[in-house]
Amino acid sequence: MTTAAVLQPTGVLAQTFVEATPSVNWVALIPYLVLIGGGLMLLTIMSLAGRWLPGWFSSGYTALVGVGTLGSAIGIWVYIGEEGPSATLSGVVGIDRFSVFVIAVLGAVVALVATLAHDYIRRENLWGNEIYVLLMLSAAGGAIMASANDLIVLFLGLEVLSIAAYVLAAIYLRRAASLEAGMKYFVLGAFSSAFLLYGIALIYGATGSTKLASIAEFLEAGSLAEDGLLLGGFALMLVGMFFKVAAVPFHAWTPDVYQGAPTPVVGYMAAGVKIAGFAALLRVFVGAFGSYGSDWQPIVYAIAIVTMLVGSVAAIAQGDVKRMLAYSSISHAGFVLVAVEANTADGTAAALFYLAAYAMIAVGSFAVVSVVAGAGDARTSIEDYRGLASRHPVLSAMLMVMLLAQAGVPFTSGFFAKFFVISAAVDARSYWLAITAMVLAVVAAFIYLRLLVAMYLPGDAQGENTSPAEAKLNITTTSRERLVIAACASFTVAFGIMPGVLHELAGDAITNLTLSP
Amino acid sequence: MGYLSSIFSGSATEGSLFASVSVPDDVSVGFPVLPALIVIPLLGALALLAIPASRSELLRPLALLFTTATAALSFWLIGAYEIGRNVELFQFVSHHEWISSLGISWHLGVDGISLFLVALCGLLFPVAIIALDPDHHPKSYYVWLLVLEAGCIGTFLALDLLLFFLFFEIVLVPMYFLIGKWGHDNARYAAVKFFLYTMLGSAIMLVGIVSLAFLHAAQPGNDLTFDLVEIASAQSLATTTARWIFLAFAVAFAVKVPLFPLHTWLPDAHTEAPTAGSVILAGVLLKLGTYGFLRFGLYLFPEASVYFAPLFLTLGVVGILYGAVVATMQRDLKRLVAYSSVAHLGFIVLGLFAVTTESLEGSVLQMVNHGLSTGALFLLVGFIYQRRHTREIAKLGGLQRSVPLMAGIFMLVMLSSIGLPGLNGFVGEFLILVGTFSAHRWWAVAATIGVILAAVYLLWAYQRVFHGGGAGWGSGTNAAGGVTAPSSADNAAMPDIRWREGVALAPILVLIVFLGIYPRPVLDRISPAVEDLVQHVETHVEGYDHPSVGEGITGVGEAQGDSHSETAAPPATGSHTPELP
Repeated sequence: MTTAAVLQPTGVLAQTFVEATPSVNWVALIPYLVLIGGGLMLLTIMSLAGRWLPGWFSSGYTALVGVGTLGSAIGIWVYIGEEGPSATLSGVVGIDRFSVFVIAVLGAVVALVATLAHDYIRRENLWGNEIYVLLMLSAAGGAIMASANDLIVLFLGLEVLSIAAYVLAAIYLRRAASLEAGMKYFVLGAFSSAFLLYGIALIYGATGSTKLASIAEFLEAGSLAEDGLLLGGFALMLVGMFFKVAAVPFHAWTPDVYQGAPTPVVGYMAAGVKIAGFAALLRVFVGAFGSYGSDWQPIVYAIAIVTMLVGSVAAIAQGDVKRMLAYSSISHAGFVLVAVEANTADGTAAALFYLAAYAMIAVGSFAVVSVVAGAGDARTSIEDYRGLASRHPVLSAMLMVMLLAQAGVPFTSGFFAKFFVISAAVDARSYWLAITAMVLAVVAAFIYLRLLVAMYLPGDAQGENTSPAEAKLNITTTSRERLVIAACASFTVAFGIMPGVLHELAGDAITNLTLSP
Repeated sequence: MGYLSSIFSGSATEGSLFASVSVPDDVSVGFPVLPALIVIPLLGALALLAIPASRSELLRPLALLFTTATAALSFWLIGAYEIGRNVELFQFVSHHEWISSLGISWHLGVDGISLFLVALCGLLFPVAIIALDPDHHPKSYYVWLLVLEAGCIGTFLALDLLLFFLFFEIVLVPMYFLIGKWGHDNARYAAVKFFLYTMLGSAIMLVGIVSLAFLHAAQPGNDLTFDLVEIASAQSLATTTARWIFLAFAVAFAVKVPLFPLHTWLPDAHTEAPTAGSVILAGVLLKLGTYGFLRFGLYLFPEASVYFAPLFLTLGVVGILYGAVVATMQRDLKRLVAYSSVAHLGFIVLGLFAVTTESLEGSVLQMVNHGLSTGALFLLVGFIYQRRHTREIAKLGGLQRSVPLMAGIFMLVMLSSIGLPGLNGFVGEFLILVGTFSAHRWWAVAATIGVILAAVYLLWAYQRVFHGGGAGWGSGTNAAGGVTAPSSADNAAMPDIRWREGVALAPILVLIVFLGIYPRPVLDRISPAVEDLVQHVETHVEGYDHPSVGEGITGVGEAQGDSHSETAAPPATGSHTPELP
């Protein structure tokens, strides 16, 4: 089963602009409408009737929108099963299971993060409902990225996702670190968007179209005599996308932003922004540029290794848990790049599995971090976790599950995520990349062990000295936080024992990817 | 073939004390014994988790109940295992689809090789629980022990490559916590080192497993599968490819065994681990490596195993000699036993890569023997530490006077570890050496030196710990030997073996003597599996000349005849092994 066979445009090339107004498949657009409409509606409701509504309304409403997105995505999944994949809005939005899979994950992430955010906002005494509105709009941008069949639409989606995320990072107005994070993210992000846009321009120049289907057809025909422009476009587009997924050397913003931004938002960035970025990368490069794989695969190969290396080695040096998890998210991005490098349907399915598994692990991990950090996000150093297990055994056990999953220990979804990626790499004959990835995963495992040691094995000598630190560990969790953490941990364990279901879904998602209307 | 073992084992057809009590088929099919062996400890772990902190006195009996049930089931398995010519290679098979899109299945089975390792596992866990209590956090201690047991048994039973890997890897987590949380001063360092070292090896093995499955599937007519038996019998890989993948597997097993020079995690882990951790680590976990070499090295890659045999034979011999020499130099009694493990495991690896029927039988038997004797040694060292709070040999001395019973037990176990005839260690070591001699003479000769060195370091240690120390005794003149008066007083006041410690040690001691005198019931079950394996190697390795019994004996006829008269007594050739055609 090769990608070419699967991803080839099946129908006749789009008869562009036949009709003045494109036909719109409103049913298939429900998930997007739920997210966008939900966001705008919340803004309206809160400005008109905000004062009469209970405090939890925004959070509950957003969680409901997230669940609604997830539910409608499942509906569309079934709908595609009956109707087959299609594209709508003159073929620029692909209604296929690939995009639906990503949208479903985004919906789940929105629901979980919104549930977490309420307690965070109350604890930190933040005002306003913008965080929820931005969360929904950002996720809508991610949904558009995942289904974009046109590079311009892809760019639009990316900007909607990013600009909302910049503001989200800076939403803790009273704290300098948060503002700094937002500013840094914005300046570098805008810069990288420019790269992406320039890359799109070059690709348009080389192929004569911004539609992925036309580009794919043109490239597969092999009629391009001079490919300098095209390769330049590849390189610039990769820069823009590597920035979004935080691949080395475009990762420098990640630790600062993750450390400074409000913790639930960080959970969204690690889970949602990452899966949206990778979805775009997969859709464009594996989907449309697959036939030129020999040109871009070596770049991804090298970037994957450097990303895993820097991510895992730099994480060891961190004393702050949020920074550590930021670097660990970088090394996870490198692992997903290994699957992208395979440039096969199996590789894409493996990447989707990895991203879905990691999304839950990331939200769960940052939820625990948020809970432990307490008022003012104060307790985020590894020292603050010393002896956590004896005081909060259940919370620690949940974090342990998520850390072990990140380390790739069996019977967690993290193991199978790595396993499917390695399978895809081996199947694509990238043996050395697979071995390097696994060895670097062991290096990364050290950082999770470090945190586990602090939590579970405080040691006698240090135990005496850190009694003041332990005394501070009066952690209170609300039922909402417990619900989110338990949901993420049970997802991690359940798909570690029965990974077949999710893997088949990811496999379905990939055989279904369509670029043509 | 199987000739020498027949000396010990006699013939299976005669019918004997432990020969198969013909089990009706429906018994082996009806009740899922093998899944139960994994599930019972896990259920135990869940049950313990449910016990509230106020009822902590229930923890130990409950843990004991579940491990004993597992042990009973594993012993029942030995009796129910069918011996004979026309039985399936793997018995009690449990086979279910798991991840069908990748051909990964829940496939368990037991053969003569894994049978006793499972039983060893079953035995050592209740023993470790009876012998010693954890000094803090009893609940999580027992939970991790039970999870560890499930993982170990699963590793020995798995017949699917990925399932094997899952169990092989999951074992690290409970062991990591056992070492780190209940270990000694430097335990966290040792635990992290143990975890990362072993994980690195298995990381490479995972790539090997996946490559193997995909390359196997790439051959025409093969589906994607991770089934061990299917892949091993197809042998569809090109020679060079198979050798590379074998090396990927070998790294993981070599770390686990541990084979020189990848052994450096072992002394740290053993020394820092709590006593129960050391017992399980030495008794069971190290066997995962040697078992892996046998099941996933030799069986999966017969050609590559034979090709790389000289390398591993050499590493085995180096391990034997290096482990012995370093053990001699140790001041810490526990570290000494740890290094003696390196030496003993070298013997097992030697036997595995000699690939003769005798040496393989010896290796499998020696895995069990080492688990018993080293497990008992670690228990005894643990008892001494519990009483004296030191493991330093120099601070002990003259213990024989205060603890005569413990000294006697230590002596018995130590002699078993040295390989004294009449005790279990001898049978295994002898089979390994004889089998290796017939195939790779000089390696066997070098390894024999290791037998002598084992006597040196163990007897010397015994002498210093249990004898000696006279200076501090009674008279108070402690100038000689550097034994200070307070510690000699402590030595003199040390209490002897307690009731429950005796109960823990008793089954091990009985088995040490029993297997030394009458190893036949064990060998009867090991032999058919090993012969099948050698047959498998002969079929798939071109030009592999397995030294037949005749050549082996006549080649070394005189040496054998001199030292072991019983070896030379039967005619040197002929098919007198009844269990073989």
